[in-house]
Amino acid sequence: MNHPIRSRVLPLVLLLTGAAVILLPFVWMLSLAFKPRDEIFTTTIEFLPSQIEWSNFTFALTETDIPLFLWNGLVMVTGILFFQILFAVPCAYALAQRRFAGRGLLFGLVVAALLVPFHVTAIPIFLGFAQIGILNTMWALILPFIQTAFGIFLFRQFFAQLPADLFDAARVDGMSETAIVWRIAFPLALPAATAFAIFSVTAHWNDLFWPLIATTDPNLATPPRGILYFRDQESGDNVGPLMAAAVIVTAPLVIAFLLAQRKFIQGIAAGGLKG
Amino acid sequence: MRLSIERRQALTDLWLVGPATLALFLFIFLPVAIVAVLSFTDYQFGAASFNWSGLDNYIKLFSSSIGRRAVTNTLIYVAIVIPFSVGFGLLVAAGLHQMSNWAPRLSNVLKTVYFLPVAATLVAMSVAWQMVLHPSLGIVNQTLFSMGLPTPNWLSDRGLVLYTLSMIGIWQSVGYNMVLFLAGLAAIPSELYDAAEVDGAGSGWSRFWTVTWPMLGPTTLFVMVVTATNAFRVFETVATMTKGGPAFASDTLVYALYREGFVYFKAGYASAITMVFFAFLLALALIQFRFVEKRVHYR
Repeated sequence: MNHPIRSRVLPLVLLLTGAAVILLPFVWMLSLAFKPRDEIFTTTIEFLPSQIEWSNFTFALTETDIPLFLWNGLVMVTGILFFQILFAVPCAYALAQRRFAGRGLLFGLVVAALLVPFHVTAIPIFLGFAQIGILNTMWALILPFIQTAFGIFLFRQFFAQLPADLFDAARVDGMSETAIVWRIAFPLALPAATAFAIFSVTAHWNDLFWPLIATTDPNLATPPRGILYFRDQESGDNVGPLMAAAVIVTAPLVIAFLLAQRKFIQGIAAGGLKG
Repeated sequence: MRLSIERRQALTDLWLVGPATLALFLFIFLPVAIVAVLSFTDYQFGAASFNWSGLDNYIKLFSSSIGRRAVTNTLIYVAIVIPFSVGFGLLVAAGLHQMSNWAPRLSNVLKTVYFLPVAATLVAMSVAWQMVLHPSLGIVNQTLFSMGLPTPNWLSDRGLVLYTLSMIGIWQSVGYNMVLFLAGLAAIPSELYDAAEVDGAGSGWSRFWTVTWPMLGPTTLFVMVVTATNAFRVFETVATMTKGGPAFASDTLVYALYREGFVYFKAGYASAITMVFFAFLLALALIQFRFVEKRVHYR
């Protein structure tokens, strides 16, 4: 290194500046969430509140439906993940470890399905759900996502690496294929399952598109949908509680991310690579 | 009842792959076929029947000023987000990769910070951005005002709003690209840097141009395609902050498909918007497939 100082200081300054820009909305959100009302509606620049004001959080948690939205979000992402695993894992196992007619074709279909963004299927699914009368139910939020070409693909890649002998031995022991899937293959695939779960939960917790379409009942609102209900009701008057609500909605995933960064980055990075 | 072994095996296969296959047909392939058909009709949600309308919906999309607006806005948005998000992602990754040699802790903390927007709920963060960019109460305009600079209406100025949204799109995706580039950087063998040093490429800058950049070529193309794919889907920020306005200045394909389909219930027209959106993404997927082959060859 000819100029150790220059080659370190300049990138450091730039990286810190960039990080400050990235953090700006987070800091401002927290700042407003903890500020008393009169400090929000002021034109002087104050990054930090003069005192920590919890009343915004109390308001968001007791005077609004934010807890209900969180509950809805939890039910929805759990339901989606449960069915995704239930459907994808046996299919992926069969694709990787069994020989059957149409196996190549089925895998081709899975890859083709990866290319279809959810937005493309929204109109027909909405029509179908309207026909059978399940719009505005929790099922409407869960059902479209029980298929997961990405999940099948991810688990198949994982199962394909496992030795066939392992499964042959289990068959010799008299285990049924269903038992092999859930008692041998799935536990071995837990690393893949974790990455997939993080991807799935993050994507659906944060999704606004489908909840906006499938539900009009505020009692079924997921966190992103709910925060918009809250904002539109208060018509910009209740900034403090609104920011507190934004903090509450963002917190579960951000905290999970901070606790399990490596897993999180793997899961989301893998998920984003689908078409 | 006794079944032959083949029969039993076939039933087992059906039991294992059947539900997932059925779900794929029901929620992906059938809807894709229906939306393609609907795009050639004048169907409205709730109507008892529909008429074939040929290419009318597509002609309307590309000839009406509002339809064209949605297409061009999306293309402009994508064209802004790709270079900046990929460029910043690469710079941040290169900087952090370098920094991990002499300050691994700080490098990790910064990596966490840059990735934060990817994990955070975008709708909630859009609400926060609305306050950051608030015309009078926001930190940005307060700062500009205190320095005696003009204080634009970031989200309600027709000429500005699309660029504001692009900026937020970049903010949201830099961390993701950084992670992809960090993986690419970690895969570069350190012998190459040693060799470059022997050949006289001593400074960080020349090492970047002689080793890092050429080695990252395939990664960069890949990251660009992924960024474009995500940028084409821009919806959450638009729906939260501008609803496509003012005067359709920030209308995008996915938002237009939502509005025409689910606010105005014009299923036929919205299906045509859907198909155009789909065509863009398929084109990108084609590029990606061609590239993924190359990438496999590369490693």
